[in-house]
Amino acid sequence: MHAPTAESLAERLLRADRAALARLISWAENGDARFSAALDRVYSRVGRAARTGFTGPPGAGKSTLVNEVAKAYRGRGATVGVLAVDPSSPFSGGALLGDRIRMEERTLDPGVFIRSMASRESHGGVAQATVDACDVMDAFGLAEILIETVGVGQAEYDVVAVADTVVVVLCPGAGDGIQAMKAGLLEVADVLVVNKSDLPGADRLARDLDEAVHVRFGREQAFPVPVVSLCASSGEGVAELLEAVDGHRAWLAARDLPAARLAKRAERVRKTVDAEVSLALWGRRGWGAFVAAELAAGLAPHRVARELGRRVSETLPPAPGAPESNFRGERA
Amino acid sequence: MSTRRIRVLIGKPGLDGHDRGAKIVATALRDAGMEVVYTGLHQTPEMIAEVAVQEDVDVVGLSILSGAHLSLFPRVRKELLARDMGHVVLTGGGIIPAEDVASLEQQGYAKLFGPGTRTEDIATWIQAEMQRRWSDEGAAR
Ligand SMILES: Nc1nc2c(ncn2[C@@H]2O[C@H](COP(=O)(O)OP(=O)(O)O)[C@@H](O)[C@H]2O)c(=O)[nH]1
Ligand SMILES: [Mg+2]
Repeated sequence: MHAPTAESLAERLLRADRAALARLISWAENGDARFSAALDRVYSRVGRAARTGFTGPPGAGKSTLVNEVAKAYRGRGATVGVLAVDPSSPFSGGALLGDRIRMEERTLDPGVFIRSMASRESHGGVAQATVDACDVMDAFGLAEILIETVGVGQAEYDVVAVADTVVVVLCPGAGDGIQAMKAGLLEVADVLVVNKSDLPGADRLARDLDEAVHVRFGREQAFPVPVVSLCASSGEGVAELLEAVDGHRAWLAARDLPAARLAKRAERVRKTVDAEVSLALWGRRGWGAFVAAELAAGLAPHRVARELGRRVSETLPPAPGAPESNFRGERA
Repeated sequence: MSTRRIRVLIGKPGLDGHDRGAKIVATALRDAGMEVVYTGLHQTPEMIAEVAVQEDVDVVGLSILSGAHLSLFPRVRKELLARDMGHVVLTGGGIIPAEDVASLEQQGYAKLFGPGTRTEDIATWIQAEMQRRWSDEGAAR
């Protein structure tokens, strides 16, 4: 499979060729120029899959749970795609991707496709690559897409934002309810899971979380976040989790799921444009060099920012009436 | 803005239950900037090849301490070929006598690393091999 074209890969994807799916995901990760041409060709097939994100602290049992959830969806007769994202090392840029160890029973199931993905933070596009990977899995025809990410930073929230339903996985010990709240994990949750119900402290954690989510949906007219206790290592309680996810899907469907998805896609277009514009301006237009030179000359950062803003606004054509026209470069 | 990283699958086929060596190599390759998928113990050649497909890896490294290397390397190669994954670099290490290394390499199964190989040398070899292949591929495009 050397140097395939976008056309040939797209065509093979539609014939359910797993190697083609795998290669398209690599293109998405690599920012390969051929990716968008391939996605264009299959995009009419995108949008059929349900996407569920799983996030939470390391060791909470996300991979173990994703394996059980995949098994349960297979039991319902659905095909399953799993995207397991792990952080890249900030030092070497490499990554150790070990989530598959817990999903080994699914390896030879032709109805399951599992892909490990490194976050490649430096590349700045973890969320983008994840959405792209989900889209090609969707076009391939996988019905249930499960996305696992470690819930530690902004990039991870972006990643779960690609999901229709976000399941936050916690367990007693590794981060209690308060810590989860501080980390902002509860904010992104549509369903809360207390995993390791076999361990002491699980009931207490479930009660704390129940209280916390009640406080939360007092504030807004949000989905009443259910708290599901389960034991991923035995599978006990996984059926209840699926019901809770079904409940959230029904809630979304009663509102406007397509609109919500369109809003997410619009956001994605904006981010892609932002990234490209920013690269063009800072690199090719020489903003980076300008700022570096001014700072080296001893100017304060806010002055450099103002000066750059002034110069930029001078180059802009006048746009009468447009709100953009009062940009005076005062944003630092 | 295209960035490509070497993706490696470290697999442990066979019955022996020691994956310390495999984990050390996996960590060293990560530290050399590669993305390493680790799948755990007791993988069948079929499972290893299937994971190689899904993960679109460039390299499959097998750690074999059980003495079954003479059959396992050819079986993994066969499963890879059956999935049209002939382009994957197959390599490995473990407790493999020198004459078996020579014989497996001669049959073109894999580049093998014996006990006591420095992990840096494995990383350097993989990097050189991938650089060569990627520049050939670039030339062909
Ligand atoms: N006692 C107990 N341990 C669990 C349970 N689920 C997962 N684990 C263990 O928790 C550890 C981390 O699991 P893993 O799925 O890799 O967590 P992740 O880092 O969130 O993906 C492993 O040792 C699992 O065996 C559970 O329900 N009960
Ligand atoms: Mg995990």
